[in-house]
Amino acid sequence: MAPITMAQALNTALRDALHDDDRVVVFGEDVGALGGVFRVTDGLTDKFGDERCFDTPLAEAGIVGFAVGMAMGGFRPVVEMQFDAFAYPAFEQIVSHVAKLRNRTRGRLSLPLVIRIPYAGGIGGVEHHCDSSEAYYAHTPGLKVVTPATVADAYSLLREAIEDPDPVVFLEPKKLYWSKSDVDTPLRTEPFGRAVVRRAGRDATVVAYGPAVPVALAAAEAAAGEGWDLEVVDLRTIVPFDDETVTASVRRTGRCVVIQEAPGFAGVGAEVAARVQERCFHSLHAPVLRVSGFDVPYPPPMLEHHHLPGVDRVLDALDRLQRDDEPDPRFLALGGAA
Amino acid sequence: MAQLLPATQPVRFLTETGTPVADRPAYPEPDQDLLLSAYRKMVVGRRFDTQATALTKQGRLAVYPSSHGQEACQVGAVLALDSGDWLFPTYRESVALVSRGIDPVEVLSLLRGDAHCGYDPGEHHVAPQCTPLATQTLHAAGLAYAERRKGSGRIALAFIGDGATSEGDFHEALNFAAVFRAPVVFLVQNNHYAISVPLSRQSAAPSLAHKGIGYGVPAEQVDGNDPMAVLAVLSAAAAHARAGNGPFLVEAHTYRIDAHTNADDASRYRSTAEVDQWRQRDPIARLEAYLRGRGALTDTVVAEVAAEAEEYAAALRTRMNADPPLTPTDLFDHVYAEPTPQLREQRAGLLEELVEAR
Ligand SMILES: Cc1ncc(C[n+]2csc(CCOP(=O)(O)OP(=O)(O)O)c2C)c(N)n1
Ligand SMILES: [Mg+2]
Repeated sequence: MAPITMAQALNTALRDALHDDDRVVVFGEDVGALGGVFRVTDGLTDKFGDERCFDTPLAEAGIVGFAVGMAMGGFRPVVEMQFDAFAYPAFEQIVSHVAKLRNRTRGRLSLPLVIRIPYAGGIGGVEHHCDSSEAYYAHTPGLKVVTPATVADAYSLLREAIEDPDPVVFLEPKKLYWSKSDVDTPLRTEPFGRAVVRRAGRDATVVAYGPAVPVALAAAEAAAGEGWDLEVVDLRTIVPFDDETVTASVRRTGRCVVIQEAPGFAGVGAEVAARVQERCFHSLHAPVLRVSGFDVPYPPPMLEHHHLPGVDRVLDALDRLQRDDEPDPRFLALGGAA
Repeated sequence: MAQLLPATQPVRFLTETGTPVADRPAYPEPDQDLLLSAYRKMVVGRRFDTQATALTKQGRLAVYPSSHGQEACQVGAVLALDSGDWLFPTYRESVALVSRGIDPVEVLSLLRGDAHCGYDPGEHHVAPQCTPLATQTLHAAGLAYAERRKGSGRIALAFIGDGATSEGDFHEALNFAAVFRAPVVFLVQNNHYAISVPLSRQSAAPSLAHKGIGYGVPAEQVDGNDPMAVLAVLSAAAAHARAGNGPFLVEAHTYRIDAHTNADDASRYRSTAEVDQWRQRDPIARLEAYLRGRGALTDTVVAEVAAEAEEYAAALRTRMNADPPLTPTDLFDHVYAEPTPQLREQRAGLLEELVEAR
């Protein structure tokens, strides 16, 4: 078994889905002859023909709106947005139609469609190519929001997304496209709505998703050297959210850090932190901390390493988890606590 | 390849008084049965429309956007298509929907507020009425393309207003439909206003039909208050699409006699003189005069149709005076095919609240 990349796993998932179900169609910008700018659709037009995998005019609202119509007409479209920030023209279609059609029609119409979006940073991309846009979608009822962190999950979650009766925003961490793993396809991992413990540990739970999962695992390795045994939970699907796994883990460890690349304010990490304290208050020995990107527009490539949460920042957060009842000194000046 | 540039003048069969125009258009004349059917549906449709506005005054509807004056377009679009063809309506299209045969109470669910869409879109081949302007035109293009791919012979028609032609989605829809040769008819009801904003502020194009040529979409203008012309042009547009020639754009010149909705004050942006001028071009009176002139419509039939319309309105009134059944758990049951654990929890919470409130 030769190792394959995440991009190849995604490609294989599309290939298998196109093979297994005539209703599946793949379209977007440069997905045909070129095979997508990240080569995720490589060879699909060759193999299945231009009716099954095709280039469209360059218009994202058009792509998603057209997909809505095709899904109403019985197809299962899988569309590609070329980059995170270039999905914004389609935002209205996604929020007002994709997310709502089932609800608006009280279940009479459903939209089995997948919107694939390469997202997040860490690849030295120039402006508008590195946004972590998951919170926009996760905040929109009616969408499922999925983001794989492993090669096996990339395959399995994409297959499940295509089979799902509801629309899925499928966020592909760009910087993990070239990550490799020995994976035998077809395979199925845990279903939607199940977070997975990637590393078992006793001292604290690190919750992460997508591009932050490898950071969490690396931090756990580093922390092990300092005598900290970290548990790493990979959310995999932000929606549906797996309270059960996260809650069980934090109740065991009593401490929790959430990592995300996106700006922290009003982000998914804030939601996770809130849910953890709601459910685990009496098990917590320290406040739930977030390690996130800064609340700034995504920086230019030469500065992005300052922005991205890395191992050191996770370890810093761990240090702050050790204190007992002392207030976090960073917040002392606020609210007259001093 | 059909001529891409629309004719400079709208197609017209009947003058404002219902006499045939001197220069007969090149389109085949709709047959008399179809015209009679249009007449009947227009009369019933207008009565429905008046009743709906009345229901807003009684607090039975939250709001109602009238299409008074636009009946030729509302009914023409329905009659020019087969019942299996898909319609993609806006909030303005209630009369088209009842003309399609959808239960008027189900049509009014959206505006009464008991559901976002009261009817079954799949059963009637009518998408939910769309409020985000122009967004539905893309769905029509995509669905029409899907029908072409399946070889079903079905087409789609997307309704859109003059103002909404300024939205990007409309342009993307024309473009996608043309590139993928989707069998879809775009019907622009140019009623000259987008709420208060006049057409001159939407576009500097010679006509809205001219927007087709840039996308390779053939187009035509039509007198939208001439039911005969609307039927003739839309039937040809539908045939064009069904024959595999791709999309067609029709701009119908019309006017909404009432305000944007019952909540709007049209006197702030247009004169009564202007409205009165358009009243003279009433589509129903025009068709009635024409059919009477041909001996196809008698006092008896006119009275019959009027009575039918009254009955229709009375039945609607009675049914709308009953409170609709409401199921609070509906909130949660159709967000996803399977509710998430969080939705199940919230659903249980609401049920508990309801028990406590009892
Ligand atoms: C995207 C969007 N922007 C604004 C509105 C608010 N709005 C509702 S109707 C309307 C005017 C539309 O005019 P037109 O397209 O000419 O259609 P008409 O109402 O005249 O039938 C506006 C601005 C909306 N529904 N959707
Ligand atoms: Mg208008």
